[in-house]
Amino acid sequence: MLNGGDQALDADAAIISIRGLKTQFDSVVIHDDLDLDLMRGEILGVVGGSGTGKSVLMRAIIGLKRPTAGTVRVFGEDFYRVGEAGRLAIERRWGVLFQGGALFSSLTVAQNVMAPIREHLNVSDKLAEEMAALKISMAGLPPDAGAKYPSELSGGMRKRAGLARALALDPEIVFLDEPTAGLDPIGAAQFDELIVNLKNSLGLTVFMVTHDLDSLYADCDRIAVLAENRVIEIGPLEEVRRADHAWIREYFAGPRGRAAGMSHA
Amino acid sequence: MAAAFSFETRDDIWRLRVSGEWRARFLGDIDEDLRKFQADSVGHDLIIDLDDLTGLDTAGAMVLQRVMRACTARTTASHFRGGSRAHRALIEHVEPHLQPCPVEPPWRDPFLLLLNRLGRGAYGAYISGIKILSFIGVVVTTLARVARDPKRLRVTSIAHHMEEAGLDAMPIIGLVSFLVGAVVAYMGAKTLKIFNAEIFTVELVGLSVLREFGVLLAAILLAGRSGSAFTAQIGSMKIREEIDAMRTLGLDPIEVLVLPRTIALVLMTPILAFLAAMLGLIGGGLVAAQALDVSPVLFLARMEESITISNFWAGIIKAPFFAFIIAVVGCFQGMEVEGSAESLGQRTTLSVVQSLFLVIVIDAFFAMFYLEIDF
Repeated sequence: MLNGGDQALDADAAIISIRGLKTQFDSVVIHDDLDLDLMRGEILGVVGGSGTGKSVLMRAIIGLKRPTAGTVRVFGEDFYRVGEAGRLAIERRWGVLFQGGALFSSLTVAQNVMAPIREHLNVSDKLAEEMAALKISMAGLPPDAGAKYPSELSGGMRKRAGLARALALDPEIVFLDEPTAGLDPIGAAQFDELIVNLKNSLGLTVFMVTHDLDSLYADCDRIAVLAENRVIEIGPLEEVRRADHAWIREYFAGPRGRAAGMSHA
Repeated sequence: MAAAFSFETRDDIWRLRVSGEWRARFLGDIDEDLRKFQADSVGHDLIIDLDDLTGLDTAGAMVLQRVMRACTARTTASHFRGGSRAHRALIEHVEPHLQPCPVEPPWRDPFLLLLNRLGRGAYGAYISGIKILSFIGVVVTTLARVARDPKRLRVTSIAHHMEEAGLDAMPIIGLVSFLVGAVVAYMGAKTLKIFNAEIFTVELVGLSVLREFGVLLAAILLAGRSGSAFTAQIGSMKIREEIDAMRTLGLDPIEVLVLPRTIALVLMTPILAFLAAMLGLIGGGLVAAQALDVSPVLFLARMEESITISNFWAGIIKAPFFAFIIAVVGCFQGMEVEGSAESLGQRTTLSVVQSLFLVIVIDAFFAMFYLEIDF
């Protein structure tokens, strides 16, 4: 592995493992007794119908929604029990791309990418700028995008800028919330390609919440299906789509599922 | 292990040996020395030896490429040697991405920016003045149309807004007026004592509360509380394209949204102003009883004798005008919201500022008018 070479973990090790997760909003239970493993070096796609808690699951892992019960182990440590310093150390090792990019609107793209670098690394402004320029270019943006404000960018460019910021600290895990939502088909396909490229060249582990069937076919090594408050099926696409569950059948055998399957066959 | 490097020169070939972990968090320590080396090595053949490298991330690969590129720009024999395949692959991967990018928007002359803002501000004020006037025109014509066909009046909606914007505002308006009445009485008593004229506190409280403070406080609180709520409600409907949907369905947003709010506020504000005036008087009366030994009975008697009912009307007449302007500005700013939540916030602020400003301006006009007609 390029990243985390010092961890010397074997390829099968779970980088994130969730056991018995329960989340709820007031009395509405979103997940109950949910188990999920994210393996090092894979792209895991999380799918499910509206309201099954895909985004909530992601937020529970990254610490934005505290679970009512269960454990979230990240890099072998219990994320909700390691204390402030341990949490910060973990957070520096992952990057998150929110749905709309979530760029800071008062900063330019380059300043957005430099924000985590300046905060967490002891580097000179010059080096920080070089690192930001590298990430911006790697995310597929032209150099002149660096001086632009988020409001001057298109939706697709905003997502790329968000990805550049998520990659700023060379994370081992990247969380993507609906990365292709709101992009036109060409932009979405390019973004899929970018994710696979980055994963291959940087050795990233990717946790991706998505609706997009094309993304699933193009990107994901494994797919987890959320329904009935838990993960009802997880595995490679071919296995999952053969599973005997009403929602899964409808999802993959519906007209969109068939079309996406054919174009990637 | 942190990042480190050493170098030697032999037969005009420079050899850079890098060791340890070249990761972002360690680069800060060596960056300055490395830049020095980079400047010195330019023009020589450079070999970067990766054999002792134990860790590498994109930032590390980037600085190595930067050093290499400075040399290859002049010579052709420079190259990387050794190292693991993964490290070499990463170094190769970052190569095409080594282009500087601007961080800040291009510099502009601050004086020109100032002029620019001034011009835009003035022009914006002019335009928004015209827009508000035309909006008022639309509201009035819509009102006239609805008046001819009264069943178009949305009574439920009016009642709802009367409750929300009027009734629910009573506690806060009452409390604030009570306190202001008390403060006026207290200040008056203190100052008038110097001239042994404490009893005139009654006139001071009576006149100021009835003519100005009651209605003005009600208007100020309504602008902050209900005007901004109108902007926020209509603005968020604008963002969710509800207003557009209404138009396509043949519903007039002015008739459905703006009129009920305006009518409700115009009906409720005189009541609120009345409440404010009464509580202001009670506040003043209590302080008078406490600090001046003017009993409530005496206070009322003195008021009856020295303050005519016209003072009360002078205050209350202004209420519907204030209400109209607050409601119209609130709704107008709501309709002006575009797309983003940021715009909603700006418009809500603007709505409060503009309606307060206009309320005070109208109040000043009333004062001049009353002075002229000796009311």
